[in-house]
Amino acid sequence: MSVLTRLTDMLDGLGDGGDRIVPPTGFTARLTLFTSAAMAFLAVFALALSLSAGRLADRWEDALARTATVRISAAPEQIEAQVARTLEVLAQTTGVVSARRQTDEERRALLAPWFGPDLPLETLPVPELIEVVETAEGFDAEGLRLRLAAEVPGAVLDDHTRWRRPLVQAADRLRLLGLFSIALIGATTAAMIALAAQASLSANRRVIEVLRLIGARDVFIARAFVRRFTRRAMIGAAGGVLLGMGAVALLPGMDDAGGFLTGLGFRGAGWLWPLVLPPLAGLVAFAATRFAALRTLKDLS
Amino acid sequence: MIELDNVAYNYGAGDLLSGVSLALAPGSFHFLTGPSGAGKTTLLKLCSMHLVPTTGQTRVFERDVADMSRDDVARARRRIGVVHQDCQFLDHLPLAENIALPLVVAGADAAAEAGNIGELLAWVGLGHQAGAYPPELSGGERQRAALARAVVMSPDVILADEPTGNVDWEMSQRLLQLLVELNRMGKAVIVATHDLNLIRAAKAQVAARTLRLKGGALELAGADL
Repeated sequence: MSVLTRLTDMLDGLGDGGDRIVPPTGFTARLTLFTSAAMAFLAVFALALSLSAGRLADRWEDALARTATVRISAAPEQIEAQVARTLEVLAQTTGVVSARRQTDEERRALLAPWFGPDLPLETLPVPELIEVVETAEGFDAEGLRLRLAAEVPGAVLDDHTRWRRPLVQAADRLRLLGLFSIALIGATTAAMIALAAQASLSANRRVIEVLRLIGARDVFIARAFVRRFTRRAMIGAAGGVLLGMGAVALLPGMDDAGGFLTGLGFRGAGWLWPLVLPPLAGLVAFAATRFAALRTLKDLS
Repeated sequence: MIELDNVAYNYGAGDLLSGVSLALAPGSFHFLTGPSGAGKTTLLKLCSMHLVPTTGQTRVFERDVADMSRDDVARARRRIGVVHQDCQFLDHLPLAENIALPLVVAGADAAAEAGNIGELLAWVGLGHQAGAYPPELSGGERQRAALARAVVMSPDVILADEPTGNVDWEMSQRLLQLLVELNRMGKAVIVATHDLNLIRAAKAQVAARTLRLKGGALELAGADL
């Protein structure tokens, strides 16, 4: 007897009198347990993806929404004057909280992923960068852009909007994709459990005949199957969730180099979200089995 | 309690039963006889609402079955005890639980009825077999167990289809005795059988009418029995 068989027999033994009327064995028991576990395992990852994408979108939204960069490219003898003039213009601009020239170390760190840590900046035509922090209301980007064009010919304002928006949109869609995956997993689970319930009802036709002989209503017969399948689905899903959470916990931790991929997972109270999945699986199994059972019983009359 | 009015039934190849009328009154005892394939089981299934007549009307407890919902039919079946020829049980449940099943189905507290179940099993001579599983029982024991289950809800009508089909003469006498006892309690009893000796033996104990199915029609059997 396989482990799965023994497990399903043990679980079915936990039922009360109502669902003991269904014989405890059969492939549908193992199918339901396995399907629920596998689907819950996948749902944990979909949930992790969705939550991580959500965090990423929020981070990009918050961290980049109130910052801008002015890039200054000019001949070496003009660069200091243009930086100074740009800082003056920014200091006079409404909506700018602060403006700060990035140090060589900061610029070197920005380029390090591509050129390594010891880049000789002084020998390369790397533009100067001024980091601008905005007020909550922000500044008039178009006005600032025109003024810089007139007064500092080498300065270009980048308010991040151009590349931030598609990134935030992508992260938002990734979050939706995760939620859609969970819905799809739920629908697949429902379909599989409904099929298993139908198979179980057909296999237990004789039990149904006996129950009808003694005056059992369809709801009573369906309830016996519904209880059993709901319990199996919940327990299978609990196992799948535990495995999934373990697998997510073993993923590499988030770091700057890894970016999004290594940030895939749960944080803080986010670890509680997967615990919603077993009751949800039970709910899905309850609805799917009840629907399938009542329909099959009607057809069996 | 159960009335068939000009009922016909066919399984697709001509009428098996046609123009059948029957009324089971409280306290009545009927034998239903006829050759194999004459439609005895079909007639009992019409009475227990497991079949719907092709034409004609079935009235059960004063209600037209055609107007009853599925739930109404199920509830009405609880007032009809059926003993099948092949004794349908749930093989994975012990005998006592099988006997208590109609109580569970009706929403009664089967645990509270445990004493009654024990008495019922003792009444049919199976008090020592409460924990046995149906496949472990002999043919006669299964027939008596089926009778116990049929009466556990104290039904108004007992329908028995060849209840002595698989048992020896002594056991069939014991079963007959149990059916007669039930009839004396006021239950309407109808027994389908082709065992004429059983019918003759019964007539010495109870005022039973014998009906014969012949050519799809139901007729009152005469003194030739």
